[in-house]
Parts: sequence; structure tokens; C-alpha cells
Amino acid sequence: MDSATLLARITDYASRPNPYPLYAELREAGPVVQQADGSYLIGTYHHIAALLHDPRMSADPRTRGEVTHKPPFLRLDDPEHHRLRTLAMRPFGPPHSPGRVDGMRGEIDRITKELLEPFEAGRQIDIVDDFAYPLPVTVICRLLGVPREDEPLFRAWSDAIVAAADVRPDDDSTEPDKAGDQARMEMGGYLLNLAEQRRGKPGDDLLSAFVNEPDQALRLTQEELAETAVLLLIAGHETTVNLITNGVLTLLRQPEQLDLLRREPGLMPRAVEELLRYEPPVHMRERIPHADLDVAGTVIPQGTSVILVLASGSRDPRRFHEPDRFDPTRPDNQHLGFGSGIHLCYGAPLARLEAQAALGALLPHLGTARLVQDPPPYRQNAMLRGPRHLSVQL
Amino acid sequence: MTAEEVVEMRTVVDLTRCQGYAQCVFLAPEVFQLHGEEGLLYATAVPDDQVERVRQAAAACPVQAILLGEEVSTGAR
Amino acid sequence: MPGDLKDGRIVIVGASLAGLRAAETLREEGFTGSLTVVGDEPHAPYDRPPLSKQVLLGQATADTTELPMRRDTEAEWRLGVRATGVDLLAKQVLLADGESLPYDRLLIATGTRARPWPNPEEGALDGVFTLRTREDGAGLAERLAARPERVLVIGAGFTGSEIASACRELGLQVTVAERGPAPLVGALGGTLSKLAAVMQRNHGVDLRTGVTVTALNGNGAFTGADLSDGSRVEADVCVVALGAVRNVEWLADSGLAAGPRGIACDAGCRAFNMYGIVTDDVFVAGDVSRFPHPLFGYQMLSLEHWGNAVEQAEVAAHNMVSPGPLQRPHLAVPVFWSTQFGLNIKSVGVPTYSDHVVIAQGSLEARRLAMVYGYQGRVTAAVTVDMAKVLDYYRHLIETAAPFPPPPGAQDRAIAADITIPSAVPDPSVLSHGPTVALTGHLPDRRLTVV
Repeated sequence: MDSATLLARITDYASRPNPYPLYAELREAGPVVQQADGSYLIGTYHHIAALLHDPRMSADPRTRGEVTHKPPFLRLDDPEHHRLRTLAMRPFGPPHSPGRVDGMRGEIDRITKELLEPFEAGRQIDIVDDFAYPLPVTVICRLLGVPREDEPLFRAWSDAIVAAADVRPDDDSTEPDKAGDQARMEMGGYLLNLAEQRRGKPGDDLLSAFVNEPDQALRLTQEELAETAVLLLIAGHETTVNLITNGVLTLLRQPEQLDLLRREPGLMPRAVEELLRYEPPVHMRERIPHADLDVAGTVIPQGTSVILVLASGSRDPRRFHEPDRFDPTRPDNQHLGFGSGIHLCYGAPLARLEAQAALGALLPHLGTARLVQDPPPYRQNAMLRGPRHLSVQL
Repeated sequence: MTAEEVVEMRTVVDLTRCQGYAQCVFLAPEVFQLHGEEGLLYATAVPDDQVERVRQAAAACPVQAILLGEEVSTGAR
Repeated sequence: MPGDLKDGRIVIVGASLAGLRAAETLREEGFTGSLTVVGDEPHAPYDRPPLSKQVLLGQATADTTELPMRRDTEAEWRLGVRATGVDLLAKQVLLADGESLPYDRLLIATGTRARPWPNPEEGALDGVFTLRTREDGAGLAERLAARPERVLVIGAGFTGSEIASACRELGLQVTVAERGPAPLVGALGGTLSKLAAVMQRNHGVDLRTGVTVTALNGNGAFTGADLSDGSRVEADVCVVALGAVRNVEWLADSGLAAGPRGIACDAGCRAFNMYGIVTDDVFVAGDVSRFPHPLFGYQMLSLEHWGNAVEQAEVAAHNMVSPGPLQRPHLAVPVFWSTQFGLNIKSVGVPTYSDHVVIAQGSLEARRLAMVYGYQGRVTAAVTVDMAKVLDYYRHLIETAAPFPPPPGAQDRAIAADITIPSAVPDPSVLSHGPTVALTGHLPDRRLTVV
């Protein structure tokens, strides 16, 4: 088939259960494959890794020439990206708060245990709604300082924002973009309001830390605080749900690997890394070159959209031995599940702990469990790919 | 080796590969530390109660630069 | 026959990082014969970089720096015994205890030692240290923990600078004396050496440049030093950080091409003999080697880099058990790092192989930058300060001999990214510190003058 339609075929909802053959086709047609809409797709590991470290590749959508609002640090370039990410990191991780995530282990375990209480043999449960979604939502609410009971409110905003950020080569994106902008404004206002309530009365949450930073030079502006908080709340609960759900799906499809993990639970950290390679929550990222860029003999013009298919790179046989095999003991697993370079996932350590805790606690329940529907129904999003529901008979 | 012999684990980070992602510091902050924004320092001896955390850090390292293991057994001396 | 190469007797002389990784790689590559590793230190292989950092800061103790194993080496470890010679004809390594070890193939990985203070009597004063071994690290850490009034560091290369940094972090007064114009200038050239000087002074180091230490004073115990500018430094601890000496003396009568700059070998780690003829059964790896590198004009590189010790040991081990057509060249681009005064400095390529530099990203003011080095219009090295995630990009430019200065379009691009300035790498002979990477070949178009 025509390789110029690959992005359209990948994003076609019918491909959601198994996009991997299309990724193989992309790598075969590559490394640089121009699409009908003028954008470029790249799916080979080494080229993706090189471009993620290439300072000429911009993450900022404004490099495309579109005049939009200033994005959060996820989609900014250095030095502004570095400044904002460093400020956002101060209450979350090293060097200023090295023990923060490690200190959440007990709480993650407790939430996991509570969610698993109704999981009795013989019951049918939805892994997504009953477990994989509520866990990271509860954790990110606790971390940020957002009331858990407001979940229906921010879920609607989050859905709109994530839909606007998805790749859609053909469809008109005016409507989703408008809805996304509206939702981002409302969500930002909501989070700013929460932060304001904590001014002078700090809790141990990130919003409190941001709003009560005593050093003027280290304080986020209102706009920056809103953008950052929106980013963290969305990223904190739209991705880990997929990681956990994909994990359950993968293990139930591969009983021998499930058995291995039940015998050797110490393999769980490596199993989660393999999951990030094999069924990652984030499949693609967009970059835009600041200058004409020669990639393997193809010149990508300045300002053109380049889609890096991370999930394809992690299945590249030129990098990984038997890439289509799920192997929790895989050595040298330098996957692209969290990206690489300066934009490597901010919340990666938290996602890892949540997935390890969630899958580890589920293991005893999965021995006799079976999938009710395989493949399960997927969410619309091609970039943040994962099942909408995963019904399991315990 | 008998069961009573406790071998304290050692760790070494290939700082040639390290790019300062600090995933190890998040996961095992008692063993790994950032020195400034990006320089990594670590305890070479891993206490028993930290071994599991260091294993997690080694698995999570984006450049696979962390080695955890026993020191070389060089025979009776 | 390949089968034979996987068997037989292999002796490795040198039981540090390169020796250990070579031993592991030999087993990984299927070597089933007898393997003997000789080391003059009485310890299992241990890691040295922590000795000037964590150990001095009290975050690790010197006796816990053993290197973890990748796999069992199934080797006989002959530790605490020095090799005194090698008989290439009889294929035997001679040991100080009178024994001789027969070999079919030999790997030399004897590394370097700290260059001692030239006056042995002064160097023997209590309180005078060098820093290379575990005992050095333990002794110095103990002395620093006792909170001396002032520490004098002689030589502002990487080791000296890291020691000074640790002293300041411990809240100790420290004086650094360097013969050259600035710290690290021999490794990084003029521009970054000025940043290094500013960092030292901002952190409260009493930095003296353009001076030499003419005498260490004390009656039994070190009390201070005289400098060439006529001044005196009162101090109770002195660290001599004058670079390294290659451990080659034991090969003086061997017929191998061993000299003060190391043992010459080919790209496949095979040692040359004194006539420049390559040997088939003697290999070299790590700090003690000097080897040709195609990216740097086939000059003989000698590196004191952790990463080179590992990579070269792996290549040497592979080649020791592989027939000629399956042997590999050691082509890795040199990389090293240093953590000091809160900054992470990483280097790729050979910064001293340069005529000009540009600041490609970031700025000196921000203490966060990528500096790119060029030689005759192509990129030969890059150094990042707190910007390690971008180093792979510049490594790629070096590997592909990309034009210098690097192409436009980088984010966080420095205002002066097009303005090249002389790299100002001085003649090593004017420095107290070694460059840690040295070009030891002939470079007729780049005669250096003493400034």
C-alpha cells in the first residue's frame, strides 16, 4: 500500500487494537516517510533516538508557524523549557526533593490494596474503571493537591484537551482545538483557584509548593502555574492508566510470562520496563525542525511536522532482538517508552512505582483470570493508546 | 557459600553513559544523589534494605548505566 | 583455528577496571581455558573515580569501592604480587615472588600511578598525599574529616579540582597552586578554563595560577609550602595532583614498544614491539595503552578515561579469542566526565585536537552550555556543562566529521554561536596537570609555543 497514507491508516480507529504491523511497514518504507499532508513519519529506533537528542528539533508547535498560546514545558524548547521544568521539579524530585516519589510508596500500596478489596474470585471486573484509572487519579490528586471528588469535573476537561492534542491527518481539527482551548482555560482557572486557597496555608502538595515559593526568581507566574498544573494533572492520569491496563492485557495474553512473574515477583521492575517497550502508553510525539534537517538523505524542511513513532522504534528489530516478543528478562532494554533527551517523561518515576505496585498486587488475582473480550474496545486516541475497558473474569 | 554469609552488594554507575535523568535518585534516594543539577554521586556499598530499590533503579535507568552485583571473589587471602 | 583461541592460557597483568572487564568479556566470548589475573595491589578490582568525590565527602568509604562483577570470571587472582617482566620468546610473565606464569596470550592493563612529588623527602612528610589508590583515598578522607586548617592542592587538573571542590563542600580552606594560567586548561582549552577559575573562586578557593610550588616545608609533618612568586602557604594537608605516570617500567627489557607515554598498540589492541612490528599474542588495554584513532588523524591517543578502559578491554578480549577476520577495531569516541563545584562537565571527542571553539548552546553566564571544538574546519570534540543530554548529538557530529562550526538551528543557541574563537590549548609542559587525553603523535602544522 501507499506509504504516504501510513499516518492516516495508523490513526484510523480500526488500527487501534494492533498498530504494530503498520509500524513494521513504516520502518520498511523508512527511515523518513513523507505523508500526504506534508508531514513526515519516522519509526526506526536509531533515527528517533538521534532526533530526540538533536537540539535543532523543536517541541514547540509555534515552530510550525501557528500562532497559539505559550504551551506548557512539555512543548517548549530550551532555555524556557529548562527553566520551567526545573521549577516544576523542585517540589517533585531531585536535586531539591529527592525523596518525594520514594516517600509515596506506602500510599500507592495502600490505595492499590483498597481498590483490590472487591476483587473476589468469580467476579467480572473492568480493569480500567475499577482499578487502572482510579489508582493514578487518586495518586496525582494527592500529589498535586486536587480534591479527588472533583474527578468528574477535570475528567471532562482532560478528555477535551487530550482529544485536541491527538494526531488526525485528514479531519478538520478546528472544533476539537476550540474545545481543547476552552477546557484548558477552565481547568487552568480551576487549578489556579485551588493554588490560591493554599497561599499562606501550605499543605504538602505541589500546588502549595508552587504558590508559596518564597524566592521571586523561582516562582511560576499565574499563567505558568496554570499551564504546568494542567499538564501534570492530565499527564498524571491519562498515561499510567494505559500502562497498567496494557500490562494486565499483556500478561493475560501470555500465561507463561504471567507464571514467570508469579514465581519471580522480583522481576516486576524489569517487566514494567519491557511493557514500556512492548505496549507503551505513549505511541507518538511531534517535533518540528528549526532548520532544514538532513535525516538519512531526506531533507526535512524547517517548520514541517515530524511524527516520531516511539512505539515503532521500541519494536525495531535493528535495535531489539525478537522485538515482538514480550520478555521481562530482556537485557539492555533502552526503550523509548518515556521518550529520551531533555523531554524524557517528567512523571516517569511515579508511573513506574504505580505500575509496579498495581501489577504486583494484581498478580495473585490473575492466575485463574481470563479476558472476557479480546481485543478489548480501545480509546479513540492514537497517540495515547490504550483500552477504554478491559473486562476480566476473575 | 553458606546461607549465613551475607555478601554486601556493590554498585557502580557508568558515568560515561549517564545523562543525568536522575531516575535512580527518585527510586533509591538513599543510594543515589544529584550533585548540582546533573552530576551523580552514589554510595558504592548498597545496604541490604536498599538492594531492591537499587534493582529498580538499574531497571529504570534510561541509558542502562547502573551495575549492581557482588565484588569479585578473588579466592582465599 | 577459532576453536583453539577459545582455549589455552591467558594471563592478564593489571587487576583494575580494564583487567576485570577483559576477564569477564573473555568468558562471555566463550573462552574456556585457564585465566590468571595479576595485580600488585592486594585488593579485588575497585573503582577509582569515587575516591576523589564520594569518599572525600564521606558518602562512601574507600574500602567499599570494589567493582561489582558482571559475571563470574572463573579466574585465578594473583593479587598483591607485582609483575617484573615478560619474556616474549618463552611466553612467560615474571613475578616479583620469583614465579613465572606461562601464557598463550597476554593482556597488559597495568594502568597508571599518581605522579609523585619530585622531592622524595618532602613527599614523605606526614600530611602530604597523592590520590590514586584506595589507601590514598582512605588516608586523605580521614585527614579531611579531622578538619585541617587549610589544604594545599598542587595541580588544577580534574583530580586536583575535584579534591578542591570536595574540600570546599566540607567547609575546609583550600589553596590551589597551578603552573598554567587556569584550572583544566590543558584538557579544555582557554574559554572553559576561565569558567573553571571563576567557579573555584566563587566557591571560596584560594586559586593561585602561574605559580609553581618550590618546596614543601615541615619537620616530620607538613606545615606549608613555598611558591615561585615568593609567597608562602601555611597548610597542614597537601595533595600532590600532578597527573599520572604510566606503569611501564616492568617492560623495560621486554622488547615491547613501552615508554613514558604508554605501550603502543594497533587499533585491534595488539602491542607493537620495539621495532614497530605488531605482536600476535600480546594485547594492551586501558590507561597504559596508546593507540591510533582514525577520527583524530590516526594519531596515537593515550587516554586516562574510565569509559576507554572498559571499551578497550572489551575489544582486546574479543580480539584475543577471535581469528583475524573477526577481530574488531577500537574506534570508540573518547568520553569523560567530572563533577566539581556543583557542575557536571562532560566531554566527547578530543578537545585538545582543536584550533577553534564556539559556544553552540547556552552560555557561560548561565553555567549551562555546550562548547564545540573544531580542527581545520571539522568538529572534533564537544564539552557540555550541565547539558549532558545533548552530548549524543555532538558525538554524532564528531563521528561523521561534520563541518565546524556546527549547523544552525539549535535551541538555546548562544548569541555568539557563529563566532569561533581560538581553542587556546596550551603546551602540556607549561602545566602542573596533565590533560588526561594526550595526542602523542606528530602534528607538524600545530607546533605549540610556550606562552
